[in-house]
Amino acid sequence: MKPQIPPKKNNWSWRSQAFRGLIYQLVAMVVIAGVVWFLAHNTLVNMRVRGIQSGFDFLSQAAGFDIGESLYPFDSGESYWRAFLVGVTNTLRVAVLGIILATILGTLIGVGRFSRNALVRGLCLSYVEFFRNIPVLLQLLMWYVILTEVLPISSEAWAVGPFFLSKGGLNFPIPVWSTGQLWAAYGLLPGLLLGWAYRRWAVRRFEATGQPGSMVLLPALIVLLASVLGWALGGAPTEFNRPVKGDFAIENGGALTPEFLAVLMGLTLYTASFIAEVVRGGIASVARGQAEAASALGLNRNQEMRLVMLPQALRVIIPPLTNQYLNLTKNSSLAVAIGYPDVVSIANTALNQTGRAVECISLVMLVYLITSLGTSLLMNWYNSRAAIKER
Amino acid sequence: MRISNLKNVAIVAAVLGTLAAMPAHAGKTLDGIKARGQVVCGVNTGLAGFGAADSNGKWTGLDVDICRAVAASTLGDAEKVKYVPLNAQQRFTALQSGEVDILSRNTTFTLTRDASLGLNATVTTYYDGQGFMVPVKSKIKSAKQLKGQTVCVQSGTTTEKNLTDYSKANGLNIKPVVFEKLEAAENAYFTGRCIAYTTDASGLASTRNKVAKVPADHIILPELISKEPLGPMVRRGDDEWFAIVKWTIYGLIEAEEYGITQANVDKLKTESKDPVATRILGTSEDTGKLLGLSKDWMANAIKATGNYGEIFERNVGPKSALGLPRGVNNQWNKGGLMYAYPVR
Amino acid sequence: MQTNTFQPIPPRPAPVNTEGPVAWVKANLLADWKTSLATLVVGGLLLWLVPQVLNWAIVKAVWVPDYEACRVDGVGACWGVIAEKYRIIIFGRFPFEEQWRPLVATTLLTGLLVASCMRMFWRVWLPLLWIVVFAIFFVLMYGNTMGLSQVDTDRWGGLPLTILLASVSLVLSFPIALLVALGRRSSLPAIRSFCTIYVELIRGVPLISVLFMASFMFPLFMPPDVKIDVLLRVLVGITLFAAAYSAEVIRGGLQAVPKGQVEAAATLGLSYWQTQRKIVLPQALAMVVPGIMNNFISTFKDTSLVTIVSLYELTGAMSLALNSDANWRPFTIEGYIFIALIYFVFCFSMSRYSHWVEKQVNKSKLR
Repeated sequence: MKPQIPPKKNNWSWRSQAFRGLIYQLVAMVVIAGVVWFLAHNTLVNMRVRGIQSGFDFLSQAAGFDIGESLYPFDSGESYWRAFLVGVTNTLRVAVLGIILATILGTLIGVGRFSRNALVRGLCLSYVEFFRNIPVLLQLLMWYVILTEVLPISSEAWAVGPFFLSKGGLNFPIPVWSTGQLWAAYGLLPGLLLGWAYRRWAVRRFEATGQPGSMVLLPALIVLLASVLGWALGGAPTEFNRPVKGDFAIENGGALTPEFLAVLMGLTLYTASFIAEVVRGGIASVARGQAEAASALGLNRNQEMRLVMLPQALRVIIPPLTNQYLNLTKNSSLAVAIGYPDVVSIANTALNQTGRAVECISLVMLVYLITSLGTSLLMNWYNSRAAIKER
Repeated sequence: MRISNLKNVAIVAAVLGTLAAMPAHAGKTLDGIKARGQVVCGVNTGLAGFGAADSNGKWTGLDVDICRAVAASTLGDAEKVKYVPLNAQQRFTALQSGEVDILSRNTTFTLTRDASLGLNATVTTYYDGQGFMVPVKSKIKSAKQLKGQTVCVQSGTTTEKNLTDYSKANGLNIKPVVFEKLEAAENAYFTGRCIAYTTDASGLASTRNKVAKVPADHIILPELISKEPLGPMVRRGDDEWFAIVKWTIYGLIEAEEYGITQANVDKLKTESKDPVATRILGTSEDTGKLLGLSKDWMANAIKATGNYGEIFERNVGPKSALGLPRGVNNQWNKGGLMYAYPVR
Repeated sequence: MQTNTFQPIPPRPAPVNTEGPVAWVKANLLADWKTSLATLVVGGLLLWLVPQVLNWAIVKAVWVPDYEACRVDGVGACWGVIAEKYRIIIFGRFPFEEQWRPLVATTLLTGLLVASCMRMFWRVWLPLLWIVVFAIFFVLMYGNTMGLSQVDTDRWGGLPLTILLASVSLVLSFPIALLVALGRRSSLPAIRSFCTIYVELIRGVPLISVLFMASFMFPLFMPPDVKIDVLLRVLVGITLFAAAYSAEVIRGGLQAVPKGQVEAAATLGLSYWQTQRKIVLPQALAMVVPGIMNNFISTFKDTSLVTIVSLYELTGAMSLALNSDANWRPFTIEGYIFIALIYFVFCFSMSRYSHWVEKQVNKSKLR
């Protein structure tokens, strides 16, 4: 006999959890919608009463201000959204460089905490404790003051070969762009492909037979050789735009302003201390038995760190490392206090000149949200690749 | 509608905690001032000669004196002012949002500020222009020699835009170093980060005399690259308050034109037979009633701060620390631009 | 019978001493040639650097507030700038004669924070004590009662402001973070998505843009008649920011509680809120205390950002003190070092405390 399915009861009573859940959600949505409506309504009323204009149309108007430093030339006649773009490139410039430098420095210091030498251990510990406990804004301000006070004025700059260091920043020669560089770029692409293909082959061979071929240096060498070949084929130009001492400032050449240097140094040193802690925590989380087994196999400490501890520690390191990268990107917004024209500084100027506070601030928040999302996605992809495939 | 608005306000206030919102009465600025018993005046964070506080918190300056005169004419007492120091970024939003009643902060009147920020420009109290300051050591004698140089400037001011326009017009390719705070821009100039510092000429004089270690080591270049009419601003939509501020300032300027000073205002009020003086001081006509103020509105203002000439002399004149000449800020019949509309 | 003379085996070498300072030096500084080289290089560097720094900072430094003496060639640090300006640096623009009020208020609040960390004060009356001390703090700072003159919030500054912002945001953000963390793990999709959006939105933007929004846009969000104090706006901004980060930490703790606990509670017939209150939260919160302490340290450091919206806490008060005075301006570095020391003392003590708490919590796990 087929089992009787009892008739479905109508669950409209307070006793049913599903029903209660529905009511709670309805109430929550009504409250949130109410609050949002209240805020939006007030904003519109206020803006109308005070005659403040709104809208994003100001983005196509001419900016009317110059930007002190940028990756590519910017003219004051260009529109506001192009000024914002310059701000975004400035932010990314300091963020990407800062992330790379901070990771290298942080990893070295984190690994240094396990060094055999007590002096090195103590130095790394004091570095971490010192830079972690001082606010980053204060560090940025201090670096800026130190750079502008200690460095000489431009007419008496310190010169090392073609490099000049002064209050005007770090001036370096840049190569003059001609066909040779273009051909070098053309050579770079096949070089990258070749290097990547070689590395794949070398890794396969290592995993199959255990023969440790060079898996990093040789591919890098291949890439380098390919670009050099391209450069040579393009005419091998060697002309450099060298900086020369002008009347009051260093002219020509490329320049890194003291604002950029101060932001970069402050952010790098601050974030490196946090990354060092993260790396230390990651290495400490790997079982001690692994280190002992590695030394039993005859690996020296360098190989032990590189081949055994770090790959296993990566699992634990990557999520907090992502957090630190995001923090560094967000901390770069403090550059507005020392005169580096990042996106917050340019939004500030635009806000003052057009009065569109709401629009400018929301643009800044949008830029940071997109950057954060992008970084998180990238690190999540790397995380899933570095994850140890368990049975 | 009003009740639900009140309920929403109550919920928000309760959620936001014990630090209660400062109660303010609705709408009109004058009603708010009378209820509060104070004029809230937005001033500079520290510009000697225009708006600066000493370490005891006493505010002095040309813009501060205008606020005191407005308070005297509105409330009868020049000390009933609350000074809110504002930097260049906050000043407009503070005025728009109602945090301050009047923005007396060496602000230039421009079309954009008048039209798109919801503000009204009242009367120019100081006709200024933008200039450059360079160290004497640099041997720069003219602004045209600043080709390709770094210039320190504060962000969010007309200064930034004027610098760009001047640079473009003369093909100078100037590199601006932009700072959020005025002090940071000045600091950067004095440590040598930039070769020049630019702001209004009056600001340059103030900075050179008060902030530079050795004022004689810096010179102000002769070129004035823009017109900067400075004066107080009020919110749009309140014509009553706008009229009060405007006519108080005109009253101060006309008082100088007709020889009414802080010293003789009491005597002139009781004894004078001059029709202009009696009109301004309220003995013959009650112009104050038309503005919603008392009969002695202008007499109180002049007694508190003196006429425009005395305010100028005290704060920025040739005998003061800034040592600026009257120049275009003189009366219209002495070759300047100060032309008061008749207070009648 | 053979006579065998007893031939003792030669004595073995004595065991190497592994204790004592000499052995420590050998093991830690001179173990092999690489370590010895590092010792030489680093040691040499330190021997060269440290005496120079000490020379500049202590031996040749000027301690009296005399800027003429500080400008003499060859002197070291000018700590006289601190002696001259410490009142503005620590108390901001608070009226000079009334500065005993923020002094008393800050000492009380700091004492309360330190006392709350010690086990012997973990009694029932601690929350009441918090309310009382906060009330005293506001009365002392704001005045307008009991014969104290009124001091508006825009004149509060320096160290009292820093501690006030940090502690109020800690106290207020914790309940919000708890609710948001529970909401994020809720089975109701509307609540879960709202909490997720809130956390991801706030964590994705820098604090400075939240502060800009709070100080510029808040007045636009309120009805035209309502005016909100600047300090209140900034507090709300910092609290919402701290709550988002704390919510993530608490969520990590909630995830670490084994699912079996919740299922056992359901078997016993406990409702959702009873489960959370009696079973889940005690276990979860014990695990997240180090993370919450970390967040508190970050919030304490982040209060320095309110300088950018013109509230003069410690960092801002420093700039205020020196920027208007051309005589003392060249010695900004000494001023920065002074407030860096203050921040270091506070943050270092908090991180040591958090280590201690972690050890206490993990005592149950040691076998």
